[in-house]
Amino acid sequence: MSQKTYDRQNPAFYALLVALVLMAIGPIYLMLATSLKLNVDIMSENSSWLFMPTLRNYETALCDFLWYEPEHLRRCDPTFGRALTNSLIIGLISTAITLIIGTMAAYALVRFRFMGRDVVSIWTLMMRMVPPAVLLVPVFGIWTFQFGIDGSRGGIILVYVALNLPFVIWILQSFIVQVPIQLEEAARMDGAGPFQVFFLVVLPLIKPGIAAASIFTFRVAWNEFLLANALSDRNSRTVPVTIVNRLTEFDIDWGVIMATGMLLAIPPIIFTFVASRQIITGMTAGAVKG
Amino acid sequence: MSTARANRLTPYLFLAPAGIVLLVALFYPICYMIYASFLDWNPSQRIGEADFVGLRNYIKLFSDDAFRESMWVTLRFAAIVVTLEMVIGVGLALLLDRNIRGMSVLRTLFILPMMIAPIVVGLMWRYMYHPTVGIFNQTLESWGFEPIPWLSDGSWAFTSVIIADVWQWTPFIFILSLAALQSLPSSAIEASKIDGATGWQQIIYIKLPLMLPVLIVTLLLRLIDSFKVLEVILVMTNGGPGLSTEILSIRINRTASEFRELGEAAAMSNLLLIVLLILTFVMFIYNKAQEIRAERMRAAEEEA
Repeated sequence: MSQKTYDRQNPAFYALLVALVLMAIGPIYLMLATSLKLNVDIMSENSSWLFMPTLRNYETALCDFLWYEPEHLRRCDPTFGRALTNSLIIGLISTAITLIIGTMAAYALVRFRFMGRDVVSIWTLMMRMVPPAVLLVPVFGIWTFQFGIDGSRGGIILVYVALNLPFVIWILQSFIVQVPIQLEEAARMDGAGPFQVFFLVVLPLIKPGIAAASIFTFRVAWNEFLLANALSDRNSRTVPVTIVNRLTEFDIDWGVIMATGMLLAIPPIIFTFVASRQIITGMTAGAVKG
Repeated sequence: MSTARANRLTPYLFLAPAGIVLLVALFYPICYMIYASFLDWNPSQRIGEADFVGLRNYIKLFSDDAFRESMWVTLRFAAIVVTLEMVIGVGLALLLDRNIRGMSVLRTLFILPMMIAPIVVGLMWRYMYHPTVGIFNQTLESWGFEPIPWLSDGSWAFTSVIIADVWQWTPFIFILSLAALQSLPSSAIEASKIDGATGWQQIIYIKLPLMLPVLIVTLLLRLIDSFKVLEVILVMTNGGPGLSTEILSIRINRTASEFRELGEAAAMSNLLLIVLLILTFVMFIYNKAQEIRAERMRAAEEEA
């Protein structure tokens, strides 16, 4: 498609488009605006579109990481800083583990075909629909009483890996099928072992699939609340858990909570702008073929 | 097959890590939950100390008005939300399936609501529904209307929750149906144009029937997901006021953490799982049937 021509549409059509865009990003903009306001401005009865933006709420939330001491704070509350560290660690490690063992499993399922693909795809589909709420009771019981890993980051990482694996295997299968088998055979002729073939030949070829899968995995781990809430203790809480804890307090500090919400929303927003094509591929895979 | 002979153990080595994790952290917990649903178990007990009570948890659930209410709320929520999203999403896709500049930007902006954390979505909407400083009531007041009790009145809260979910998930349907529309064979549409079909006739007799397989899968996917909604509602209303927005996953969470009845929560999870299992199975069968039909048609074409 080198030369694209665009049809002319009537103005009402563009008005509709603008309205849709406003509806889609309006709430996000409101959150951003609120996070940049002082509480006086937030609580004033007449909302003004004009206000002095301030980073004060972000300073309050991130005071742990700042090299200077914000003047407006009497005491720095490290809860959110700690939660952010936890979220990052849990998100990154669980994504890495899921992808490594997920690609290996997907590769084995496609290339060695010792099990029917139907069996695998119905299992992954079934596992994919298991909601976190269903896992709440058993995971809490097992992690606490049998494995003894409740309250640790490792325990949360394990659940997330298990939760994400079916989807990752499923989506990577469709990418691995497209890798020409001749390439692998050639590598094997040159004396490469199965692991070398996998890591040096197959992996580089399915990079787009890995990108899509890692975004989805990281997003689940980064956004999940229920299981993290049940499994974490004071030191391993993730950001969603701290936000919900703040909300149950009597006096909600909207400015700071919107700033934390914004910080939680930023990584997914960045992913969306960088890799929207891969995300859409991941979403439509399975429903729309071809 | 020289590949298979070369290294008999390799496939198992490649599969083992994923298999072990899935067994330990997904399959085992689910079996554990099925077993736990027959126990009278509270969180301070080890599972071995809990009493076996047979079907008592299930019997109790079905005679429990609060549970039946919550089941009804869940079903109503799923039905309304999915219907609204399908109608709006498919409608928008049909409307916007045009050759216009900036379509990819539009799609990117549309997936934002799905990508950000459900907790944050709940947070945004709770703020917008705020009785005094929320944007809705402020706008209403500045136009001289009465403020609406968005989250503090039972039926309004249910509506508010539905609006938030429609905002978040309509783009999903929109993107899937747009993809389906754009992969339709252009020959059929052109043929109908030559035959003088109007825009509406094209949509009803050609586009919608051809999109139907994708639409049905989309509907089922969305239906399954709508039973999983939890965080948005948890943040906005926490199931209240009363039981008006207490969908099943919130009830499971409350039963486990507030009422400390793990056995009962497990029984509820089991019922939820069965519903989802049936839906998934329907989807799988449908997909298979479609594949078989497509193959048969291809075979018929080759013969001809």
